[in-house]
Formats: sequence, structure tokens, C-alpha cells
Amino acid sequence: MYTNDMAAYLRPHRLDEALNALARPHTVLAGGTDFYPARVGRAITEDVLDVGAIAELRGISADAGGWRLGATTTWNELVEADLPPLFDGLKQAAREIGGRQIQNAGTLAGNLCNASPAADGVPCLLALGAEIDVASHGSRRRVPLRRLITGVRRTSLAADELVLAIRVPRPRHEARSGFLKLGARRYLVISIAMVAATLEVVDGRVASAAIAVGACSPVAERLPALEAALAGATIDSRLPDLVEPAHLASLAPIDDMRGSAAYRLDAALVLIRRVLARLAT
Amino acid sequence: MKVAFTLNGRPTDWTGAPVTRLASALRDDLGLTGTKVGCDAGDCGACTVLVDGRQHCACLLAMGQVEGRAVETVESLAGHAAALGALQASFLSHGAAQCGICTPGMLMAAEELLRRVGRPSRGEVEDALGGVLCRCTGYAKIVDAVMAVGNAGADVTPAAGAAVGARLARVDGVAKVTGDDRFGADGIPADALWIRVVRAPHARARFVLGDLAPLRARLAAVLTAADVPFNGFGIYPEIKDQPVLADGVVRYRGEAVVALVGTRHGVLAVRDDEVPIAWTVEPPVIGIDAATAPEAALVQADKPANLLLDGGVRRGDASGSFAGCAAVAEGVFETAFVEHAYIEPEAGWAQRVGDRLEIHVTTQTPYMDRDEVANVMRLRPEAVRIVPTACGGGFGGKLDLSVHPLIALAAWTLGRPVACVYTRPESMAASTKRHPARIAARFGCDGDGKLVACEVTATFDTGAYASWGPTVANRVPVHAMGPYAVPNVRTWGAAYFTNGPPAGAFRGFGVPQAAIAHEAMMDELADALAIDRLEFRHRNALRAGDTTATGQTLAHSAGLAQCLDALRPQWQLAQAEAAAFNATQDLRRRGVGIGCMWYGIGNTSMSNPSRMRVGLSPAGTVTLYSGAVDVGQGSNTIMTQIVADALGVPVGQVALVAGDTDLTADAGKTSASRQTFVSGMAAERAARDLRRQILRQANAGPDARLVLDGSRLVIHDGDDIRTLDLAGGDSLMGEGTFDPPTTPLDADGQGVPYATYAFAAQLATVEVDLELGTVKVLRIVAAHDVGKAINPTLVEGQIQGGVAQGLGLALMEEYLPGRTENLHDYLIPTVGDVPEIECILIEDREPLGPSGAKGVGEPGLVPTAPAILGAIQHATGVRMRRVPVLPHRLREAIVASGEKPM
Repeated sequence: MYTNDMAAYLRPHRLDEALNALARPHTVLAGGTDFYPARVGRAITEDVLDVGAIAELRGISADAGGWRLGATTTWNELVEADLPPLFDGLKQAAREIGGRQIQNAGTLAGNLCNASPAADGVPCLLALGAEIDVASHGSRRRVPLRRLITGVRRTSLAADELVLAIRVPRPRHEARSGFLKLGARRYLVISIAMVAATLEVVDGRVASAAIAVGACSPVAERLPALEAALAGATIDSRLPDLVEPAHLASLAPIDDMRGSAAYRLDAALVLIRRVLARLAT
Repeated sequence: MKVAFTLNGRPTDWTGAPVTRLASALRDDLGLTGTKVGCDAGDCGACTVLVDGRQHCACLLAMGQVEGRAVETVESLAGHAAALGALQASFLSHGAAQCGICTPGMLMAAEELLRRVGRPSRGEVEDALGGVLCRCTGYAKIVDAVMAVGNAGADVTPAAGAAVGARLARVDGVAKVTGDDRFGADGIPADALWIRVVRAPHARARFVLGDLAPLRARLAAVLTAADVPFNGFGIYPEIKDQPVLADGVVRYRGEAVVALVGTRHGVLAVRDDEVPIAWTVEPPVIGIDAATAPEAALVQADKPANLLLDGGVRRGDASGSFAGCAAVAEGVFETAFVEHAYIEPEAGWAQRVGDRLEIHVTTQTPYMDRDEVANVMRLRPEAVRIVPTACGGGFGGKLDLSVHPLIALAAWTLGRPVACVYTRPESMAASTKRHPARIAARFGCDGDGKLVACEVTATFDTGAYASWGPTVANRVPVHAMGPYAVPNVRTWGAAYFTNGPPAGAFRGFGVPQAAIAHEAMMDELADALAIDRLEFRHRNALRAGDTTATGQTLAHSAGLAQCLDALRPQWQLAQAEAAAFNATQDLRRRGVGIGCMWYGIGNTSMSNPSRMRVGLSPAGTVTLYSGAVDVGQGSNTIMTQIVADALGVPVGQVALVAGDTDLTADAGKTSASRQTFVSGMAAERAARDLRRQILRQANAGPDARLVLDGSRLVIHDGDDIRTLDLAGGDSLMGEGTFDPPTTPLDADGQGVPYATYAFAAQLATVEVDLELGTVKVLRIVAAHDVGKAINPTLVEGQIQGGVAQGLGLALMEEYLPGRTENLHDYLIPTVGDVPEIECILIEDREPLGPSGAKGVGEPGLVPTAPAILGAIQHATGVRMRRVPVLPHRLREAIVASGEKPM
């Protein structure tokens, strides 16, 4: 531990030390890619808990139930990990986050906890049915991702809770996934809209579908009506035709400098069709 | 806390607060200023270093996270010129570094890739460099340099007399690829105090300062308007309308209100809400319509109707000529505030030296800075010394004062060195912008496609203060008919104050906005008469012997028709390729567009002399004393090449002293594409003057050959060989001045506004995603008449960099105060957005210029947006009249057009 006249900076190696520390409020620092941009040109005075040295939070592993993605796994570590096609969409998203510098530093859990409506990792993890392992001193819980992020820049994490890992359940069937992002430039761009899709496939048909859209609502959302419509469909070039505007009715995009609400809906529809077309070939 | 890590291969201990950014520790504590800070937010990549072999933004890493890891910075790549690494050598020989501020980050990002992939593909290079922004180069030569590592060609070392025209590596380039170059924030003395400026959070408000005594007790000083000896500055001698610190009123969001002076930590620790300012917010005047409304509030109380100034050009009878035209086109075009987005934020430091002030600052214009600071401080100009640091990009934005008056005032008052470095959001909020424009254009031609009449009214939002607004409003009417011969012209420019950021100088001074309008008109007239768009322009191109709308007859060097001739084969091929592609596609459409421009070099109808000196010392050193600031465009190299040939020595024997107002004469500002033409001519004359003095001493004829060997100067005059022993004598000093011949414009805008003009034509191929409204520029071919390319590599670099900025203007750049004050909400093109750019250099010699050269700094940008917009129209049938063409705007226009219902 280090204390100067302003603030504490903790970098524990053990999880229990971190959880004990959170008895007092700390700002959690992982990859730093959201922490520092929010503190340009001013002294950093809050107490910081750097979770980067905790071995338990790192790394990717698998068991019969699925995969465990450690909270501080970086986007680049994910890309370089040996993972099945189920993770292709998440890897595609990883390569669309910032530039390589951000991908080498930014962490999966950081992307979730920052709770930006435009977080590129969220739609993919929603479409993977991810659950989040959360711990505090003396208690642990597992929460579906869509209940972790509750609003723009808001999560259900208590002040003393830390994300440990992201759990991706093993699909029952062969699965494939994809991701598409729309931005106004190549590299380093905040999404105007993005779409993630996971399809489980049996005998050339959709056994189950998970479709999520980002940057078109305060929190990225799954599209259950569309998922239902896709279930059982033959996987061929006509698959995208099943997508209808009504399937996007639950989205509530905003007008901002990156795009109008109407455009976002329009674009999301196009992106869903395209990602399905890609998965169908 | 002590942090132990490996830095550039050596074990290193660092002690400090572990939350300190790695970038800050490297620069401020460990003396490694090669790592640059452009945003402190991971948006620009200038601070890219390797950590355990992977590229990271050093601004996003806590020192606490660096413990035990291996950090490598640009300083690890090489120590000195003789041992440049292969990657650095490739950057140098390819001209991949212009201003150099992004170069260390680019090098480290490329280094990560090259350690993993020996022969990377273009796509791999783009992926690796995608996180580093460059605003100068258009990325072309950077990508070339990375792909060519290990295939470095031989160094270009031209013999005496062969420097002009050679692809000489930048004479100041080694320091840029080693990280040794010192930019505005790199040489700040350790004992300097720091300034943090408290800025207006409102676009229009009155305010009262509360009791500052508690803050003054904590800090070295708290400066307010009351402390400024003369609280007004501005470009024009009669318009000093911008306060150094606001005095009870703020007129734009980001205006400076209070300057906190103290230790760096001390001023950063003061929160804005600890500064007692009682605001009375008023409804702001935003945009041209609000400024010109009948009952509009005044932005400046003494500027009626919010008008800064207006004026124009009249020739023939424009309005009466449309009736007889075979085709008439008209339209209204709108552009936004555009941010310069140089990767180096404003920075500098000042100290009092006796009764003088010495200011080290990033700038485009040391002598104007000197006079302006002196005026603010109520000192004689000679009492101020400006020492320009390396300038990490300017593009017009570093022609206005920024940190200068504040550091001057604080250093003068406190008797200590004082520094100020803007943050990125501060730089974006406080600095000038490109003028938003509304341009109403009407053009008519006869049945043969010859232009008959043109009416253009250009209205500009000049923001809260005048800055360079008059320059824009004067320049645009001269250029608004485009580079064409039009007998009947009425053009008008008017600039209005608003509560937007001050609109100032930005590469092209309004001409890029006007070109969007006149080039759309050319397309529409050509289409109306079913004439090929290129041939229509060729038919109307200004040529030598033609008379312009200001009544100036172009005697020489009007190479637009040659540019179009050079483009014609590619134009035809590109259209055929686009048609073939479109035949196979429903959802994507390709189109080809063309844009032309002309650009008057130097000030509009105003004197803008340069003075240069070239000395020969008793030790035999030739030194060029150049007051022309190299902001990355290459004037240090250009001037050296010109001097070497004019004097008759190899370019390697010419040393350079640049910029310092105590050591160099006034070479004017680096703007208006004037340095090669104006200062270059002055440099040529200075070198010729020195040569004359040498030949006179040696009693040699004008064709004698000089061989400089230490302090012995050997003169070969035919078979006669004479030797001057310089060691015993005095220094020789040659001087040269040049002021381009112009005349004032009369009430109808008649006269000779510029001595010479650059011309260019560019071709753009784009692909439009019809469903999403996104535009990918696939290729640009740029043909530029530059008179003479003193250094073709540098000329290409200017064109490619201009093209990238033109692409940004067309497709993505829009500054919105309070909303896009950073480099992730304000988008500039990345390496993935800028296509291959082929440059074709046309050399239609200008007799007034050095070796026939004109200027190229701004022209690269001007035709790009028009070419892209024309290509979008060609692809989609939709003419976009508002830039930037954001995806949602284009998609909405495509849907509205019904051309391609989805």
C-alpha cells in the first residue's frame, strides 16, 4: 500500500486483500483505458484499488459447464486465446475496440463496469448468455450480464463488490457467432450501432439464436422476438429475410452527433441482416 | 512508492505516487521526452511505448502497474544519426515524419508489429498503426516507410548545384525520428511554475469574481483581467478585440477567465468550483442565422449587426447575364466548425531576463508573437524574444496567441520561469476553428460549356473574436468563382460574430469551403450539357494570358489545364472501373469525382515580406539564418536546398539557425502557403548576395565554382584557381528580401491580390454503402501545379496531408462546443480512412519564385472535399450540400432522393 498526501493506491496480489480493502470506497483500476481519460488535466485524489496484480482475476479457462474469462483478461489476450467459433464474434469486437494500445490494456470486466451504452463487448457477451461472478468480502454471487448493467454508466455492483470473472455457458449444440460495428471512421471509433449474434446449429437449422444490439438503448439489449422468429429456421441465404423492423421495437436509440435515432434503428436492422448473412455462409 | 522496472533495457527505480501516468513519469521524472503527450486519454497514441513488447498508451498506465515490467520508448531505438535503427532510417528517407510529434508513437507501434511479422502486409500495418493519429502526413509515407524497412534506398546526397529538385531527407529529420526534437512541452525548466487556466463553461455570460485571497494564499499568483497591462490581442493592428483574460463578460465557451499560477501539482489540485466566479448566463448567439436576425443580441457591443466585415469582387454584369445562359446551376452549401487537431497541444514557457522577456513556445509566427506579446505587456517589441520550439502541427491554429501572453505576464510579474501546457480538451475549446460557412452559388454557361456568369455569396460564422476573420472574408471572394475564366462575376464575403469559438486561420482561409460550392456547380453545369465533368473544367480552366475576375492578367504559371490533362487517363479508367463494379452490386455503389482549385500565394493585397540572411564564418561555416518556422511542412529543408544551390555549395555544408527572433530576421508567418515562394526567394537572394561578395573578394566571374574546405574557400574560375583563407577575415553576411508584388483591391475588388497562384485538380474514387450511408474513399489522384518541386518528397507529403484533412472535412469533422472537445468525439481520419494517394507534380514555372517554385501548403486540402462530394453524387445520385457527410446524413438523403429505395 502507498499513501501520499492525497490518496491511497492499493495493488494487492490476493483477492481477499482487495475485497477487504473495498470496505472503504475505492475506485477500481484495471486497464486504465476509462479511468485516465476521465481525469485529464486534474489531480487524481481518490483512493484507487488496482486489481491488475490479482492472479485469480486473470486468464481464460474452460470446464464442462463452459468458459471462465477472468475479469482482467485484456482484449488482446482474448483474441490470442485458443477458443471455439462460439467466440468469433467476441474476438471480432475485441479488434474493434480502440486501437491496439487499448486492446493490449483494456479489460473485459472494465468494459462491462464502465457501463457505456456503446461498450463493444456487451452485445457479444449478452449474445453468449454471459453471467458475471461477483464477490465482496464474505459473499459471492453470479448475476446475468443484463442484470449487472442497469443503465447509462450504472451497474448493480455494490461499492464493496468486485467482478471476478465472466462465465460463458457451453452451448448445447455447435455454435457460431459474429459481430458488426458501425462507426464514422476506421479504428478508434465509438459505435453508432453494433450487433452481435450467436447461432446454435443442428442439422442446418437454427436450434437457438441470441441477437443483441448495442448503442441503440441505454444498455445493450437482446431481441427475444427476433430470436424466436429465427428458431428453427433453415440456415441459408434467406435467413436475413426473417428479420423485421418490429423485432427491434424494444430498442430506444437517441439522437446525437453520431446519428439520429431513426438512423440507428435503420442501421441496426441492416447490421443484423448482414451478420446473419455472414453466419449463414 | 518505489517502482522498479526495466526501462530501455536498464533496471530503473522510480519513486512517486503510483497513480502517476507512465507518460508523465517518463517525461517529467526520467527525462525521456521522446514520448509525447497529445491527449492523456488514449485517443491519439502519441505516447505509445512498448510494455513487455506490446504497444501501450503511456498515458493510460499507472506507474504502480509498471512494477517489474519492461518499458521501451523511442529513445531505445537508436542514440544518434550514425546508428539510426532500420525503422527510423526508413521513416527519415521516406519523409514519414513531418512535424514529428506523432513519430515516436508511430515508430513504437510499428516496432511491435515488426518484431512479430517480418514482412507485414498493408492491412497488418494499418491494424498496428490504427491507434496513432497523424495530422500532417495523411499516413501514406508512414505506411510506405514501415513496409519498406530493410529496403532503404541510398541516402540522397546531391552535389553542389543539384539540391533543388532532390528528394533530400529533412535536414531536421534525425531529431524527429530519435525523439530528440524539443516541442513546446519538452524543454520546460524543472523549477518553472505552471499555469492552469480557468475557462468559461458558458458561451455567453457575465461574471463577477469573488474573493480570490484564499486561492492566492495557496498559489504563487491568481491572474485576472485587472493584471493584464493591455488586455486585448488580435491579428489586425486595429482589431485587438480578444481579451487575454475575460473582463466581466465571456463570449464563447472555453474563453480564458482566470490564470492560476503555482506548482504544477498545486494548480492541478485546484478544482474549478473552488474558484469563486458568479455567473449570469445569457442566451448565446449561435450560428449565422442567430447572428443576422433583426433583433440579435450583439456579441461585441461596438460591432453593429454583429458584422465583422464584408466585401467582394465585381466584374462585368453577373446578374444580367444568367438570362442568356444555356444552363444555370445554383445551390447553397454549408460547412461546420473544424478543429485543427494538431497532435501537439499549445505549450510553452517564459522567463524574464533582465528587462526582457524570453518566450519558448510552439508557434507558426515568431515575429507576430513578439509584437503581440509586447503590445499586451506594454513593452517595446525588442524587449521580447520569441524562441520557437519544434512545432507539432499548426495548420493555421498556431498563428494566434495561446499560452504566450499568460506565461509572459506571469514570468514578468513573478520573476520565475512559468510554463503552460494546454490539455487536449482545453486546446480544443480555447483555440480557433475553421469558419463555418454558408455559400450561396449560382453559375451559368453558354451552349459550348463556357462559363458566362457567377454569383457567390459566402457568409461566415467568425465566432466571438475577429482573429483571422477578415483574411477569410477577403480571400474568399477572390477565389469563389474557382480556377476558371468567368467574364461576369459578383462574389461577396461577409463574416458575422457569434458566441461560437473564434474562427481563425485554417489551411485554406475559407477557400476549401468555397470550393465545395463552385465545384458542385461545375458538375451540375457539365451534367446539364452532357459534357464530361473533367472536360468541362478543362474548357474553362484559367490559363496563362487569361484575366481573372479581379482584372489581373496571369502572365505565367497557370497549370490547371496541365493538371487535368494529367488526370484524364485515370479519370476515364476510374469511371469505367466504377461502372463495372456497380454492374455487379446492389448495395454498394462506386463513384468518381473531380475537384479543382486555385490558391493565391501569400497575403491578399498586403505586403508580406521575408528577410533572410546567409553567413560565412571565418571557420568556413555557411549558416542560413531563417526566421521561417518549419511546422512540419519542410521549410527548413527547402530553404537549405535553395541556399545551397544559389551559393554553389553542397547542401550538407549549409547549417541552419531557425526561428529565434534574436538570431534571425523576420520571414513572416508560416501561412498562406507562402514560405517556399516568399521566404524561399529571400533565401535565394541572400545566398546570391553572399556569393557575389565572395566572388568580388576573389575577383572571380559569376560562373566560378566554390569549394569550401574548412576555412579555405577555393574558387575555380575557368582554369583559374584562387584560394580565400577565411580564418583571418571577417564573417561575410548575405541578405535577401522578397515581398511579392501585389496591389490593393478597389471597391469592386479589382487589382492584383496575389503575385502568383497554385493550381490543382484531384480525382476521388469512393464506395458508398447505400444501406448504411457510409463512404469509403478508395483512391485519390492529386495533380498539382507547384511551379517547381524544390523537394518532391516534401511536396508529396504536403499534398497527402492536405488530402487527409480534406477527407476529414468532407466526411467526419464537426466541432461542437461542449460535445466534441476531445479526440474520440471529434473524429479525424485514422490510417484506415486515408486511401492510397497518388501525386502528380506539374511544374509550370513561376518566374517570380525560387527556381520557379510556388507554394503547396494549403492547396492539397482544397480540392479533396469537392472531389469526394462529386464522387458520392456520381455513386448515389445525391448531391450533399452540407459537410461533414456523416453516415446518417447521407443515408437520410439517399432515402429522401428515392433513387434507391431500401
